[in-house]
Amino acid sequence: MSDLMKVSSNPHIRSKAGTSKIMLCVVLALMPAAAFGVYNFGINALLLILITVASCVCSEFLFDMICKKKNSIGDFSAVVTGVLLALNLPPNAPWWIGLVGGAFAIVVVKMLFGGLGQNFMNPALGARCFLLISFTSIMTNFECDAYTGATPLAVLKSGGSVNVFDMVVGRTAGTIGETSMIAIVIGACFLILLGIIDLRIPGSYIVSFIIFICIFGGHGIDFNYVAAHLAGGGLMLGAFFMATDYVTRPITIKGQYLYGVLLGILTGIFRIFGAGAEGVSYAIILGNILVPLIEKVTLPKGFGRGGEKI
Amino acid sequence: MGARGTFTGGIHPYDGKDLSKDKPIKDILPKGDLVYPLSQHIGAPAVPVVKKGDHVLTGQKIADAAGFVSAPIYATVSGTVKAIEKRRVTVGDNVNAIVIENDGKYEEVDYGECKPLEELTKEEIVKKVQEAGVVGMGGAGFPTHVKLSPKEPDKIEYVIANCAECEPYLTSDYRRMLEEPQKVIDGLKCVLALFDNAKGIMAVEDNKPDCVKILKELTKDEPRITVKALKTKYPQGAERQLIYAATGRAINSDMLPADAGCIVDNVDTLVAINSAVRENKPLMYRIVTVTGDAIADPRNFRVRIGTNYHELIDEAGGFKEDPEKIVNGGPMMGFAIFDLDVPTTKTASALLCLTHDQVSEKEEGPCINCGRCVDACPGRVIPSRLADFAARGDKESFQKWNGMECCECGCCSFVCPAKRQLTQQIKSMRKMVLADRKKK
Repeated sequence: MSDLMKVSSNPHIRSKAGTSKIMLCVVLALMPAAAFGVYNFGINALLLILITVASCVCSEFLFDMICKKKNSIGDFSAVVTGVLLALNLPPNAPWWIGLVGGAFAIVVVKMLFGGLGQNFMNPALGARCFLLISFTSIMTNFECDAYTGATPLAVLKSGGSVNVFDMVVGRTAGTIGETSMIAIVIGACFLILLGIIDLRIPGSYIVSFIIFICIFGGHGIDFNYVAAHLAGGGLMLGAFFMATDYVTRPITIKGQYLYGVLLGILTGIFRIFGAGAEGVSYAIILGNILVPLIEKVTLPKGFGRGGEKI
Repeated sequence: MGARGTFTGGIHPYDGKDLSKDKPIKDILPKGDLVYPLSQHIGAPAVPVVKKGDHVLTGQKIADAAGFVSAPIYATVSGTVKAIEKRRVTVGDNVNAIVIENDGKYEEVDYGECKPLEELTKEEIVKKVQEAGVVGMGGAGFPTHVKLSPKEPDKIEYVIANCAECEPYLTSDYRRMLEEPQKVIDGLKCVLALFDNAKGIMAVEDNKPDCVKILKELTKDEPRITVKALKTKYPQGAERQLIYAATGRAINSDMLPADAGCIVDNVDTLVAINSAVRENKPLMYRIVTVTGDAIADPRNFRVRIGTNYHELIDEAGGFKEDPEKIVNGGPMMGFAIFDLDVPTTKTASALLCLTHDQVSEKEEGPCINCGRCVDACPGRVIPSRLADFAARGDKESFQKWNGMECCECGCCSFVCPAKRQLTQQIKSMRKMVLADRKKK
């Protein structure tokens, strides 16, 4: 028996879950959407994804080095940010958009606030909105070799008709990763089965959004219209992969439902009453900012004080 | 408010019970000196009634209770008092202890005639439990006679036998229920005799179907006792979660089980109550599981209190591999010990020897706010935020966010993917807040 025994506070066993494992699973779950994007839009999409990921990882590496902090790229969170941001870019965007966006996401939105776990806004969405405001014409130009028309949501907004089946499969114009509802849902199911995300936020988000557009959309309970809204734009990608971002969603269980409902309503307002056809990014960013407030009003009561049942 | 047989939160760790669950309880005789720390319970330390050089018999009182919230201590072998001096105990402190040199004869005192339970008054029953030095043997060590003397005994509606044994690796209660189920039931009947309006519930986790079956069979003619199979989940055996799962009543950290009309006693305690009431025998033995992947032959032992831990390890075949960590108790709530030269006390339920320390294997990372601790927390609080408040020393926010509802079960640290020491931080903060409250 060795003389040196390890002592520490209880518990003495730990689960197998780890931060980098979780992040890798999220990257894997994004692969169907990314693969479909490359298949749908061609090689430029693949290039953009690679550049954005590389930009994110390198920015984090350099930031850590310059600030003399411990290298943190091993947690793979920068890869998740990179893939998510790339899936939110138009397929024909120039390469430097990925470079600038990735650097902005990591340095400004994440690292300056203290790195992983400290950012109050989803880095990928923060960067997307930054690009959208700064380089509007590039970021809203969805014309490419495969598709010359407007995005289905823009068509829908101007009163045109859309092919819902094509939208569900993903054969439409849009950002690299948002078009295929099927690919996104496959990835989401993978994460749900692994217990990495749950349906609290996506469920309440989608349900409240449906209710909102049924009431205010002007089409009543029209199956085609609702389905087009669900499959179109960034709703699925946003609901399953960005609204569920651990760091920037409420940690209280009731708060997560409230957050989902809030996002549903905000997305509805932006899509129906806003100037643009899209609304998911802004809705989630606005939701991110409200998280501390949501947590405050949904603080659990504690066992034996009325909070034992949830 | 129905009983749901479970609670919200909790975890399912690797249970490790297969190592020792099929090993019958083995009696072992101590070889070396026996050490009896005077403080093996919550409350005032006991006062020695023997002095150096005295000859004592097995079952003779060697230290008396120092007040109501205290418990006497009895010799578990015959021999000579060698010293009364400071000795190291499991938690690492040096405390006053009586050391007895074993003469190997095991001469016992005469425990005297015992009236049957039916003829005893309630006061006599409680007195016997008090005299026998029975304390909560699940780990807390709260003197049992205090628990059995609530302010309003008529309002006690449930006496719950804590047969959950939810801690991984522990099999002592399981073996006891299989081998001596009648003693557990008889112990419960002794407690029920004190409370006229109470029903007895034997709460067993459903991973022990054989125990449920035996207990059901033996209690089928007992109108006051029911056996309840609860969902297997850690910490099902934590007092507040157990009461909730068995009766649907929820108590908070400021309440006692009696406030919800409940009394909870664990398996070993009930057996001790039984021998105190029906045989006049003081608390001298307890069942200890010696297990872990470093142990050659994991087993369950009936150990005389005071026996050195080295002897337990030897009886279990010694180490087959060098242990990296030794835990007194289960892996979730037990505490790591750095020295095996300590005695078995009334509250020692297991000796767990692990070849790997999972805690030091991974470095602590930043919180990613994943909420796993929130889902796992049986206290329904936000462990990650409480740990942040604790790190900042923010007592006010800690209490506002219900930090005092934490039962220190360890679920949050277990599930944390960033491997944060959440339980440790929250525990220390709770201690500071409790100390502040005491000052006021």
